[in-house]
Amino acid sequence: MFNPLDLIPRIPLGDWIEGFINWLLFHFGDFTRALAQVLRSAINSFNDGLMIIPPLVLIIIFSLIAWRMSNRSVALFSFVGLALIYNMGLWSASMETLAMVLLAASISIIIGIPVGIFSARKEMVHRIVWPILDLMQTMPAFVYLIPVIFFFRLGAVPAVMATVIFAMPPVIRLTGLGIQQVPRELVEASEAFGSTEWQKLVKVQLPLALPTIMAGINQCIMLSLSMVVIAAMIGAGGLGGAVWRAIQRLDIGGGFESGLAVVVVAIVLDRVTQRVRKTNSNS
Amino acid sequence: MAKITVENLTKIFGNHPEKALKLMDQGVSKDEILNKTGQAVGIKDVSFEIEEGETFVVMGLSGSGKSTLIRCLNRLIEPTRGKIFVGDDEVTAMNENQLRIFRRNKQAMVFQQFALFPHRNILENTAYGLEIQDANNSEKAERAQKALELVGLKGWETKYPEQLSGGMQQRVGLARALAVDPEILLMDEAFSALDPLIRREMQDELLDLQQKMNKTIVFITHDLDEALKIGDRVALMKDGEVVQIDPPELILTNPADEYVAKFVEDVDLAKVLTAEGVMIHPKVVAFPKDGPRVALRKMKDQCINSLFVVNRDRQLEGYITAEDAAKAAERGEKELTGIIKTDSARVSPDTTLNELFELSAAATIPIAVLDDEKKLLGIIIRGAILSALVKEAV
Repeated sequence: MFNPLDLIPRIPLGDWIEGFINWLLFHFGDFTRALAQVLRSAINSFNDGLMIIPPLVLIIIFSLIAWRMSNRSVALFSFVGLALIYNMGLWSASMETLAMVLLAASISIIIGIPVGIFSARKEMVHRIVWPILDLMQTMPAFVYLIPVIFFFRLGAVPAVMATVIFAMPPVIRLTGLGIQQVPRELVEASEAFGSTEWQKLVKVQLPLALPTIMAGINQCIMLSLSMVVIAAMIGAGGLGGAVWRAIQRLDIGGGFESGLAVVVVAIVLDRVTQRVRKTNSNS
Repeated sequence: MAKITVENLTKIFGNHPEKALKLMDQGVSKDEILNKTGQAVGIKDVSFEIEEGETFVVMGLSGSGKSTLIRCLNRLIEPTRGKIFVGDDEVTAMNENQLRIFRRNKQAMVFQQFALFPHRNILENTAYGLEIQDANNSEKAERAQKALELVGLKGWETKYPEQLSGGMQQRVGLARALAVDPEILLMDEAFSALDPLIRREMQDELLDLQQKMNKTIVFITHDLDEALKIGDRVALMKDGEVVQIDPPELILTNPADEYVAKFVEDVDLAKVLTAEGVMIHPKVVAFPKDGPRVALRKMKDQCINSLFVVNRDRQLEGYITAEDAAKAAERGEKELTGIIKTDSARVSPDTTLNELFELSAAATIPIAVLDDEKKLLGIIIRGAILSALVKEAV
């Protein structure tokens, strides 16, 4: 049957993207290599920092933080859970994962919050940023992994880059949302008293947006963790690496153990950062 | 010299105000402009002057442009055309920096929904205006504290806005504005969100405060009773235009057009009209040195049976009745001094008719209206109160 759509020649969208990436590689290759260098040393120092502390001390420190941020049962869970990870021989893998998560989340937050603030204040920025965020969030996570390999080779660095792309959108969105949700009258009041733009931001908008921003940070950390695990496919190592190896060997027990370790790390991170959000909204 | 001068102020909302301005100048109506150009006329060619120390009320229904107008005064909303002066400074010509300094030092605003910062305690809220002027200001806390005491909120400094009732929150809003000691106080429906009882209380308090502070106040309201109670002058707005600017009594007794007349129709005149408005000038008075016979003749001429007695400075001494005067005459007394009674009702010129009803019902002789120095300004006879109400209603 005749279909008019067939008359349109196949648009080589994939070729174009590839060409674009190649162009980027050719022109910005030096930059990405330098960036990779910086990131690699950052990951290493994060990781070394975590590994230099004796596991028991670190477990106790984490549990105390959990106690401080949340409550006694979360602290107890952290202690038992982290001890279990050590017991399963997954301690160094967990610390590798944690180092990547912390680095990726920090980068996402450092970039995301200012972008969120700008997008809330300038309609133009909002209009440009929001569609990009839609793209970043809905594109299947694996798809990022391909181009980052070209830019950053295999290993932890491309994993962190892919994770930043994947985990940054909620920080930007929720920062923007939080600021936009500050009641109009309060912003007006602040302006009516003659605040500068900076005073308005720091004294009124950011404090009132803080609970929402903290929700974004919590989201960001959780997404970072999930992506860091997936990034084992490009050789990120860590707990994801352990899962990946178990899959390849069809090792049910090993897979389950490393999966459990991911769950423990996730729950500890989530409870600790979620609590920050709640304390703030209560005050 | 006027404190605030507004000249031909116009505000058009929309992306192409110039189109709307052109049509407006041709005399096209607001609705037609909206239909033709999609531009909404917020304020249309408004001019007025506000004197220093005056309480100027802008009154109108929602959509009449009153909130836009007050926001133009400190340029929270940019006027499309026209000029605003505060003293000699043209607000509409200020650059961003000048405008910020103007907002910080010359004016302060009180908002309908209070607009307190929920993350700051009461003292920090009150000090906000001072804090942004100079974060290190050591008097900051002290001045904020004083402002809080002024509105009767001493002891609440460390509480948070959500812990306070609506009335108290608005007191904080008022304190926050007073803390910066502005020359001009802009009050945007400041009491509209409060219960009627609290609202009346706040109105009285504002009047009290205003007597002490003597600020220039621009007060926005949709409540006519409030406007008439608070305002030295009232500007009535309709569809972005000012229909009438007059003192409250003139708005009531001399409405500029049918719209105003309809508006004031339901006003409880008893609450608004004052003793000054219904008193009459006493045609005759007696002096203490007058003899009883002179006094009796004065009463007979006027067909009345009592007479107020004043001294040479027209200060009220009391009153005499015809009966007492006749007896004194029989006794052959030469002066009235012995028969002057002082138990009659005395009121000040701004007493409302409402309060006069009771007094007049109990009184057998007219009510005396005295000024601060006890001088007799006029008298109110019982019928005058009723006839005033009837006359205005017709």
